[in-house]
Amino acid sequence: MDAVIENLPKFLEGFGNTLALLGLAGVGALVIGIVVAAMRISPVPSFRAFATVYTELVRNTPLTLVLFFCATLLPYLQFQPGYFTLAAIGLTVYTSPFIAEALRSGVNGVPVGQAEAARSVGLTFGQSLSFVIMPQAIRMVIPPLINVFIALTKNTSVAGAFFVFELFGAARQVTNDRGDEVIAILLAVAFFYLVITIPLGLIAGKVEQRVAVLR
Amino acid sequence: MSTSVLYDAPGPKAMTRSRVISVVGILLIVGGLVWLAFALGAPKTSANGAVQPGLWDPTRWDVFNDLVVWRALGKGALATLSMAGVAAVFAILLGIAFSFGRASENAWIRRPATIILEFVRGMPVLLMMLFILLVFSTGSFWAGVAALAVYNGAIIGEALRAGIKSLPRGQREAGLAIGLTPLATRFRIEFPQAFRQMLPIIIAQLVVLLKDTSLAFVVGYPELLREGIYNLSGFFGNRYAFSFFFVVLAIYLAMNLSLSWLARIIARRTGSHSGGVTAIAELDSTTLGGESAALGIGGAGGDGARGDSR
Repeated sequence: MDAVIENLPKFLEGFGNTLALLGLAGVGALVIGIVVAAMRISPVPSFRAFATVYTELVRNTPLTLVLFFCATLLPYLQFQPGYFTLAAIGLTVYTSPFIAEALRSGVNGVPVGQAEAARSVGLTFGQSLSFVIMPQAIRMVIPPLINVFIALTKNTSVAGAFFVFELFGAARQVTNDRGDEVIAILLAVAFFYLVITIPLGLIAGKVEQRVAVLR
Repeated sequence: MSTSVLYDAPGPKAMTRSRVISVVGILLIVGGLVWLAFALGAPKTSANGAVQPGLWDPTRWDVFNDLVVWRALGKGALATLSMAGVAAVFAILLGIAFSFGRASENAWIRRPATIILEFVRGMPVLLMMLFILLVFSTGSFWAGVAALAVYNGAIIGEALRAGIKSLPRGQREAGLAIGLTPLATRFRIEFPQAFRQMLPIIIAQLVVLLKDTSLAFVVGYPELLREGIYNLSGFFGNRYAFSFFFVVLAIYLAMNLSLSWLARIIARRTGSHSGGVTAIAELDSTTLGGESAALGIGGAGGDGARGDSR
């Protein structure tokens, strides 16, 4: 237990970096994900095809491979903004198709009659999307989106293997120093992760119940 | 549905506009790809003044004439597949156990199962691997297998439980009425139906598992990423690193995409004649966006909507 207490500053620093990675990659992935999802449902065939190919390719690439590319291969292209930024870029790219899919499944979940009604009262594509479909879709999309962010929280641990000092990196370093208290150290790190993931999961559950009542 | 209800069937004016935007879009995308190809193909001068030829130069690829490279790639792919295979078997068995635990009527079984499940689902797989490796000193293979099996078992267990819950109540009642014990009802009446219904989701989760075997790279297991990029570019020099990366990426994509494709086919098959999934399929085919029903299940049910998107 004392190994945990005396290394608490390290864990807190790691926790801060994990949160920073989560925030940066989360916002970045949200932006790219919205663009990709919009392309995926747009009337322009070439955009649809591009978004589909992008989603399928990135979704089927292992995260370790993406981060390996960012951390060790991108610097060869004279692109060296530091490992933290590189890991954030990798996590952003990896998470964006999952966000796009969550958004698309939300739009797909709106009953077709809603769109037909919007169209039949004469709203245009943009109007029916922004006044009728999206307000309903956003509600349905929040629980799966939160689930994507929970997965992202756990995924930030992979960045710890690629020279970023976040929670997993802290765990590795401290276990190297204090091999006698491995269990306590790892449980402490697990606790920090659960502090993020379990509240997010509870929020997702609450929102889901609310939406279920609304419909 | 070939057209979406979100917009009208395009008239001549909209058709030309759409075509123009489409062409511009294609030009933009192709332009971006060409730029990328040229950027990768341009010779690079490193800090010490050495000039490295571009990626499309034959000297960056001649290493693939060497049989050793292919043997190493094959070994790595085999190691990845064997870890995924062993972990998948254990994950499904654990998933069945978890689903029974969580759906149990006895609170002494249900509560601990719920707590363990929540704990496991909130933890990174990588941390579990490190934990198992350090605490039980199992070696990297079994550490990877155990962590993947426990994590994916928890997800599969939740899927199976949802499947059992979505069955009509009459199924269980009928089983009990003809004199089966509660356990036998679960095993012989409810479980087979739930498993069949949830098969697409289970296979989608197995794709995730296959992808996640690459995490074992971190704990030192010689899988495809370590064998194919790390070791080979260490041995043949970093100028081949990009070439190795693209080949390994292609192997991973081939493995994962074929498994996803299988999941889609099974989703379509089971979708035609079982209660729950048909409802999803119908819902999907009548919704917006004009995607095929099977794709909707694979994407949304698989990991988009469930969001266990590892």
